[in-house]
Parts: sequence; C-alpha cells; structure tokens
Amino acid sequence: MILHKDNSPSQPFIQQTSSSITLKNRWDHFLARIGYKRKWHRVNPGLYSIGHPSSESPVFVTANYTLSFDALRSSLRNIDGYILALDTKGINVWCSAGAEIFSTEELVNRINAVSLHEVVSHRTLILPQLSASGVAAHEVKKKSGFKVEYGPVRAKNLPEYLLTHQATQEMRQVRFSLRDRLVLIPVEITNTLLLLLITTVIFFAAGGFLLSAGWVAAVLAGLVLFPILLPWIPSPNFSTKGFILGGAVALPFVLAVLIGKPGAPVWQKIAWAAVYLTAFPSVTGFIALNFTGSTTFTSRSGVRREIFTYIPVMAWMFGGGMLCLVITILLRLFGAG
Amino acid sequence: MMKSAYISNTLRYNPDLCSGCGMCSVVCPHLVFVQNERLAQLIRPKACMECGACQRNCPTNAIIVESGVGCAYAQMLAALKGKKEATCDIEKDSPCCS
Repeated sequence: MILHKDNSPSQPFIQQTSSSITLKNRWDHFLARIGYKRKWHRVNPGLYSIGHPSSESPVFVTANYTLSFDALRSSLRNIDGYILALDTKGINVWCSAGAEIFSTEELVNRINAVSLHEVVSHRTLILPQLSASGVAAHEVKKKSGFKVEYGPVRAKNLPEYLLTHQATQEMRQVRFSLRDRLVLIPVEITNTLLLLLITTVIFFAAGGFLLSAGWVAAVLAGLVLFPILLPWIPSPNFSTKGFILGGAVALPFVLAVLIGKPGAPVWQKIAWAAVYLTAFPSVTGFIALNFTGSTTFTSRSGVRREIFTYIPVMAWMFGGGMLCLVITILLRLFGAG
Repeated sequence: MMKSAYISNTLRYNPDLCSGCGMCSVVCPHLVFVQNERLAQLIRPKACMECGACQRNCPTNAIIVESGVGCAYAQMLAALKGKKEATCDIEKDSPCCS
C-alpha cells in the first residue's frame, strides 16, 4: 500500500481496515512476542476507516505497531470510525510516547498529511491515555484545532468509554498482571539465548554438568521465574528480589556439592558452594534489575539509585565467586584435589 | 509493591499555578492526582513513575518532574556510551522497548 495523497489533493487517501483479527495477524503477533524481527511489525502510517464512518464519526489515534493497531481495531467491533496511525517506527504507544516519537509534532503533521480537517466535520481526537507522555493536548489544539481526548489505557475499554466519554479510575490505571508479565518472557529469552548458550558451554567445560546446570538455573530464574514471581518476592527493589530468587534456585546445587561428593576436601566443597551462592545469584539480580524497563511502574530516579547501589554489589559478588571458581579449578588441575 | 517500586521520586506540584483543567488526573496511569472542585490534588505521590505525562499536559507548568525511562538497561547503556540521558534507542535495533 502506498500513500497517493499527492496525486489527489482533493480526495484524502483513506485505507480500509476492519475489527477482525485474522490468522495472519495472530502469527504476526506471535512473532512480535518472541522478538522475531521486531521492527517489522508495522502498518502504514495514515488514515484508516473502520465500519462505515461518516464525517461525524470518531477518530482514534494509535501507533503503527501491529500489536497496538490491532488491539485498537479489534476493540471497535460494530463501531464506525477512523483510525489515524502515526509513524511510531513500529513501536508501541507508551514506549514511543516516552521516546517522543508518538509526539505532538508527529500527530499535528499526520493530521495535515491525511487532510483530516476535510474528512471529519468535528474537531475531536481520541488518543490512548498512555500517549500522553509524548503529546501535549493543549498544544495539539493550538496547532491543529483538534481537541485531544485521552481515552482509556486499554483499547478494549473503548466501547464502554464511548458511551459517556468518561473513563473510570479502573480504566485510567495501568496494571502489571500475571498475564502482562508472562507475555514478556519469550522476548526476554530470545534476547539472551545466544549468550546463555555460549556461557553454558564455558561453564560446562570448566566445571562439568552440575556447574553449568546451576548457571542455567540462575539465568532462567532471572528470565522466567522473576517476571512471574515479581509481586511476591519479599523485598523492596529488583536487585535484592533477584538475589533472593537466585539464592533460592542455588540451594539444591549447594546441597549437591556439600553432600554429593563424599571424597572431596571440605575447602573445595565450600569454594563450590560460594560460587553457587555469590556469582550466580548476582547474575539473577542483574537480569532482575534489567526487567525494570519492562515494568509499568519503575521511575527513572528510582532505577538510577538502584543501579548505583547494587551494581557494585553485583560486581563484587560475581568477581569474588568467579575468582573462587578459577582458584578451585586450578588447584584441582595441579593436584591438590 | 506493584504500585510503588521506590519510595521517593522527582515529582513536584505547585497548586498555586494550577488552573484546575483536570488533565493531570486524566493522564496519570497511577492515579497520583485527583481533580477536586477547583484544583488538582496530589494524593499518591509515591506511586509516581516519572513518565512525565502530567507535566507535558499541564498548560500552566504547575507540575515538574524529571521524567525519563525507568529502565536499568537503557541507563547503563547510556552510562557506558558516555551519554548523559538514557533513551530507548528506538532508531537503532536495541533489544528492548518493542
């Protein structure tokens, strides 16, 4: 699809869409969720019609990320209207607003590019609430004449919202439900998979099966268990939550080295236990800390404080544990064990 | 815990400048503000995640917040590259924020 606006200035170019989600759409959503070619999940920016809109019909603004666009259109079943997809580089509403790509400027430019003034007789736009960190409603009004109305956080609440044009407190609040957290796990794994494989091989070569299994457990605890258990791990910040979780998954391995190798000298057992209890949990904590960017509630200043406080701790834990490991392996190689 | 990850933040609200338009209570995703009869009221300051939506949509500059990404990955990357401000690096193919 190509925008032909320049060839027909009197006839604004409007693409058609519908509220139905096809198998192809679902496949695209799946690929987006596992992080496959993440920049490819885009629709053309521009104006779309849904149902049989008239010049009185509402205009909904969204990002041109397929998951955002499809969440909107699938919520507009039996509603006639227009969708104005901004060019957000295939990024979702909230992230693109935070990065000022979903912005006042882009919105005003897009309104003009599709000649929205000619398409609708009213002067109101419904924006997703989470676009507000990139868009200043009063400036859009000044620059385009359109009044910005912030709809609910989630598109699925739009039919209810449209009855009164008032959102309930529930509709205005972001959540981070178990489901919200679960859908993030595949992409976390995709992003780390290669590094995890390489390091696992290294640990296997250095210390055998148990060590590499302990490593995989620590990393998966951060990537998989942490997002699931986040609200229930009793600690006020992400790093220490990660340490707790990493320590917990290390326990079986600690037990295995303490009681599993009857002939081995005590100092060696303690050294191995130290690796499982310091180096590996520090990595779980690091992964947990990096999950802050995926959440819906961490602040910039809070994350900054946490980095300054806990990155040095992690570095010491990891460095100390690794030193322990190297010394143990060397001593064993040169006949001490 | 899900409502406030951290105890303090940079949100500052000056009611003397508030025009009572109600935008802050509309845009805030954590119900930090409510709209009273004439003014906005800061009711849950600790829940603020510094997204900056209220500040951007406040026509009278009654709200100041040092907004930015609450993402450790982006902040550490910025520090390593010697950049002052962390961003999502959307133009490049960074692995987050999709």
